[in-house]
Amino acid sequence: MSILISRDTTFIVQGITGREAVNLVRENLDYGARIVGGVTPGRAGREIYGVPVHDCVRDICQQRGAPDGSVVCVPPRFTRDAVFEAIENGIRLIVIVTENIPRRQVAQMVELAALRGARIIGPNCLGLIAPGEAKMGGIGGPAANTRQAYRKGSIGVMSRSGGMTTEIASTLSAAGLGQSTCISIGGDAIVGSTYAELMPLFEADAQTEAIAIYSEPGGRMEAELAAWVSEQKSRLPVVAFMAGRFMDEMRGMRFGHAGTIVEGVEDTTAQKIRRMEAAGISVAERIEEIPDLLRRRLAERPTEK
Amino acid sequence: MRFYEYESKALFARHGLPTGAGSLAQTAEQARAAAAQIGGPVVVKSQVLSGGRMKAGAVQFADTPEAAARQFEAVWPIRVNGEQPRAVLVEAKSAVAHEFFASVTWDGRRKLPVLLFSDMGGIDIEEVAAQHPAHLSRTHFSTLLPLTERSAKEAVAAVGISGGDLNRLTPIVLRLAQLFLDCDLTLAEINPLAKLADGSFLALDGHVEMEAEARGAQQALLAELGIGEDETRQARPPTDFEREGARLNAADHRGVAGNVVEFDGDLGLVIGAGGGSLTLFDAVRRHGGRPANYCEIGGNPSVRKTRNLTRLILGKPGVGKIAVMMNVVSNTRVDIVARGVILGCLDAGRDPAEAIAIFRIPGSWEEEGFRILEKYGVEFCDRSVSMFEAAGRAVAKLGGAGA
Repeated sequence: MSILISRDTTFIVQGITGREAVNLVRENLDYGARIVGGVTPGRAGREIYGVPVHDCVRDICQQRGAPDGSVVCVPPRFTRDAVFEAIENGIRLIVIVTENIPRRQVAQMVELAALRGARIIGPNCLGLIAPGEAKMGGIGGPAANTRQAYRKGSIGVMSRSGGMTTEIASTLSAAGLGQSTCISIGGDAIVGSTYAELMPLFEADAQTEAIAIYSEPGGRMEAELAAWVSEQKSRLPVVAFMAGRFMDEMRGMRFGHAGTIVEGVEDTTAQKIRRMEAAGISVAERIEEIPDLLRRRLAERPTEK
Repeated sequence: MRFYEYESKALFARHGLPTGAGSLAQTAEQARAAAAQIGGPVVVKSQVLSGGRMKAGAVQFADTPEAAARQFEAVWPIRVNGEQPRAVLVEAKSAVAHEFFASVTWDGRRKLPVLLFSDMGGIDIEEVAAQHPAHLSRTHFSTLLPLTERSAKEAVAAVGISGGDLNRLTPIVLRLAQLFLDCDLTLAEINPLAKLADGSFLALDGHVEMEAEARGAQQALLAELGIGEDETRQARPPTDFEREGARLNAADHRGVAGNVVEFDGDLGLVIGAGGGSLTLFDAVRRHGGRPANYCEIGGNPSVRKTRNLTRLILGKPGVGKIAVMMNVVSNTRVDIVARGVILGCLDAGRDPAEAIAIFRIPGSWEEEGFRILEKYGVEFCDRSVSMFEAAGRAVAKLGGAGA
């Protein structure tokens, strides 16, 4: 099994009539996604590739019950409202594609999700994919490109960069290592689901045998992962790639994503690498080293069963 | 984006936080007049964005207007971490009985705002946290529930403060937290927060940072504070090259071909996207290459946008060649980027085959893209060549140190 999504996952797209959303619907349907409706206020009655458009999330839920998830691709100033609407109508998995949402609003969405037992992926992300099963969001792009880069297998992937999720999956696939679930967790300073928050799901997933992550300067997410891995004595070997090493010398400058900035020592790649290595996480210097490191770590596991 | 001390204090005053009398000076005469108006001992403080101005000698005291003018002359030429002061703030010197510390920031791990309060103000708070943890409280508060006195009171009381001080400090800390939320700040800090001889409280120094994403929503406030739209307020001011990059990116809304940062090397980089650019920049440096710039392309920018960015980078003095590299793309189209960079080379009067050291963008529409590159004789590669290897080829072509 994959985590969070499967072939049976039903979801809606909020902001479905937008240009990017229309592409996303096409790409997801082509990959086998079960998109059961879309929302754009004032556009009820239209269809996007056969997916009916509604004015409110509630209209969809009243017809068929709450779907499993929602992909939110509305402009930044409407995102909080759209996410609240999804959560309050009983949707439990929300992928927020939108970027440039003020942090306070992200915190509000995350707080409400926690109160209601919903999970947020993103914002500023490309969503997630269970290769060969389903995908939710722009991850991998058109279905043909997605099939080229992502193969079904046993590696779980988590990444603060959407594009690098595909680069890593493509490298793994070329090396004969398929993936169980790949998640673009988002590039903002506050995201709905961090590495450490997703680890228990991978830990409980029989299909997943090891984890590859892409990480960056800024924030405490890598330290949190390192702590989780050592405290929980995780069964999963973890291999991390750390980008943006040049930023250690450039305090206060922002590169890449909104969450990527070096202010204190904890934000530096050097410190993050130290913490992860101390927790037994292997840190790759190049993307192409990830498959070999994973193989080595998998071979080192104590044999059991 | 950081605010100067005088801007931070203007913001504090708007939110009912106690700040002292003072005014800005850019000449010795203005400093003298400011001190005369205050009528008593003053402090003369350089207005810079970087920290460490006390250590640099850019904060001085004066008992008379004439002394204030002399101290202005002493402070004005001092560059703090290479930064020229924008102005000098002349403020009344206060009779301080005790110094506190109050700050609000985001806790990315708990995903909530957190109030930090200490009764050991005036010194580096990291040091207090390490040496005297009982003197620093951390109090998280909700972004959904209304902000009320309780959080502020708990923050202050947690370090052992009671009586009149608790009741006077609570509203100050509460207002600071409200300011933090209302203005989309990432940091609102008063250090030191002084208790004066008469028992009242005053913000002696302020440090405020706003998140860049909120610039649109906070437009009115920024205008009122006199912060221009072109002020990036990062660790250093933008260069002309960076300003031009931002202008070209903003001129066309389709996708991103910008976020240009200037470096002094000879290899121009047309790279993307967010994470890919970080990865590629590291790779070029690892191979001993010297990047002329950092940038990001992504979100399928138009041909025109990539063309303009390419022309800008090739036109930068000292740039020998450019490397066009990205991670495997799915949204951005390879052929559109290929067209853009080739036209950019031609605009700059360069032969694409000679100017482009390597083109490594695999992914959607790659066959079309590779056909175009082939026609112009540009060296390209697909995903079988890693990002690291592609960066190495580019560096080698420029005659760099190589892998």
